[in-house]
Amino acid sequence: MRYLPLTADDRREMLAAIGAASVDDLYRDVPKAARLDGPVDLPPHAGEMEVDRALSAMAAKNLPAAVAPSFLGAGIYRHHVPAAVDHLIQRGEFLTAYTPYQPEVSQGTLQYLFEFQTQVAMLTGSDVANASMYDGATSCAEAVMMACRITKRRKAVISGSLHPHYHDVTATSAKFFGVNLVSPGPDFAGTEDLAALIDGDTACVVVQNPDFFGRVRDFTALSEACQAAGALLVVVVTEMVSLGLIKSPGEMGADIVAAEGQSLGNAMNFGGPTVGVMTTRQKYLRQLPGRLVGETADADGRRGYVLTLSTREQHIRRDKATSNICTNSGLCALAFTIHLTLLGEVGFKRLAGLNHAAAVKLAGRLTGIEGVELLNDTYFNEFTLKLAKPAADVVEDLAGKGVFAGVPVSRLLPNAEGVENLLLVAVTETNTAEEMDRLVSGLEEVLR
Amino acid sequence: MATVKYTKEHEWVSIEGDTGTVGITDHAQEQLGDLVFIELPEVGKELGQGDEAAVVESVKAASEVYAPVSGEVTEVNEALNDNPALVNSEAETGGWMFKIKIADPSQLDALMDEASYRELLKEID
Repeated sequence: MRYLPLTADDRREMLAAIGAASVDDLYRDVPKAARLDGPVDLPPHAGEMEVDRALSAMAAKNLPAAVAPSFLGAGIYRHHVPAAVDHLIQRGEFLTAYTPYQPEVSQGTLQYLFEFQTQVAMLTGSDVANASMYDGATSCAEAVMMACRITKRRKAVISGSLHPHYHDVTATSAKFFGVNLVSPGPDFAGTEDLAALIDGDTACVVVQNPDFFGRVRDFTALSEACQAAGALLVVVVTEMVSLGLIKSPGEMGADIVAAEGQSLGNAMNFGGPTVGVMTTRQKYLRQLPGRLVGETADADGRRGYVLTLSTREQHIRRDKATSNICTNSGLCALAFTIHLTLLGEVGFKRLAGLNHAAAVKLAGRLTGIEGVELLNDTYFNEFTLKLAKPAADVVEDLAGKGVFAGVPVSRLLPNAEGVENLLLVAVTETNTAEEMDRLVSGLEEVLR
Repeated sequence: MATVKYTKEHEWVSIEGDTGTVGITDHAQEQLGDLVFIELPEVGKELGQGDEAAVVESVKAASEVYAPVSGEVTEVNEALNDNPALVNSEAETGGWMFKIKIADPSQLDALMDEASYRELLKEID
């Protein structure tokens, strides 16, 4: 049986119609160095059993962070996701549905997105939330563009404690929207003065809490400085579980919140897909990108849900839309909502407490090791260590012992000076006492 | 008595001295349907003829309102912020959107008078 629908004649005819000599001709814009000049060097085809065996053997060489003692964080966190979450999101109505373009027939989808928006607004201390974005980094980029539309200004001040990937994604968008990004550079000392960089052309200041180095901050004074200068404050959150314990961005006066919702309901997924969170003040609602679900009543007075304010969106507003996003991370948002619903307010606060308690415990033990210094004066469930040796080497050595010690700062800030020995260590409710023992003893050996 | 001129994009401008009061025509509001939001320009903003001055949003669409002449925005109709439906009920009177200080009166010559605008509407129908 053939699986390829095209005959050689079909191909010839199609190539002739567009004036290409061969299929290879279609790739001539790809640099030669990046092209493969011949077939991939693979053994001849094999039966299903043999392929399965070969690939399973290759997969067994991996050390999965979900299984091994893992202290990896830096924007993606390992949390326990109750089995009920996975079970419920796999219902066909949820799993296979695309973003609703005839939304009102999908009342179930709209209702859970409404619940999601409500939960997100409550957690972040904001007036309104959208139905989600792709991930935290794209939310951050959208937040900057949104601030530029609101203020009609073209400059954004970016904290040196913002996750470097978020900065990169924002810089890519900014390049094409003609927005100028200003940053004092990596701030591992925690001494940057962002208020001094605000001027009459500043649309917004972007900060993160807890910041990239794990520090817990209060940006109330910065929010006042922004307000005085007519600029907006964008607060990024990469670990939303922290909001069960610390002051919310809304309470600090954030005008826009851009967050990563992966921590709730979602596995690490090799860094994606995840769920972007975006909220703002009621008065900026019309400049918020993305889908928005509203609650209303039908002709008989019964509760119902609708996609609302769609005139902001691309399928209606075309090039004048607030963003080119016309979708959302529906399934990840659903997982977020189910997980948070299962936790409830009390459970969520307890979860945050467990994370912080575990971090305090581990930090205490790690700082007892010679050659380990804790840089943070505050933290939630992640902190930065200064080691006596380069962090990348230490992480490699510990991986050899089956332990993921954390993320070397130099991996995310390869060009920064003075970061070589810095290690980001994240701790969650999933890290057992035994895992902590293995990290401590492993680190002692490696640093000896 | 003020002179009223019209554009092909269905804006009207009522001229008194060097001030033009701008809104959209009754025909335009009828086409748009119930208006739910109107984004007015900022007072002090300099507009060129044909620049986007305001946005009118109905339940189904959002459309731009263009400046019929160049000049500085001197006043906006704040009443529309709370009651955009005023444009539906009184498009060519109480539903005015903004006032503009006319920079170049000669631009008015190219606009339509009421009779020509009525002709245009007939052609559209």
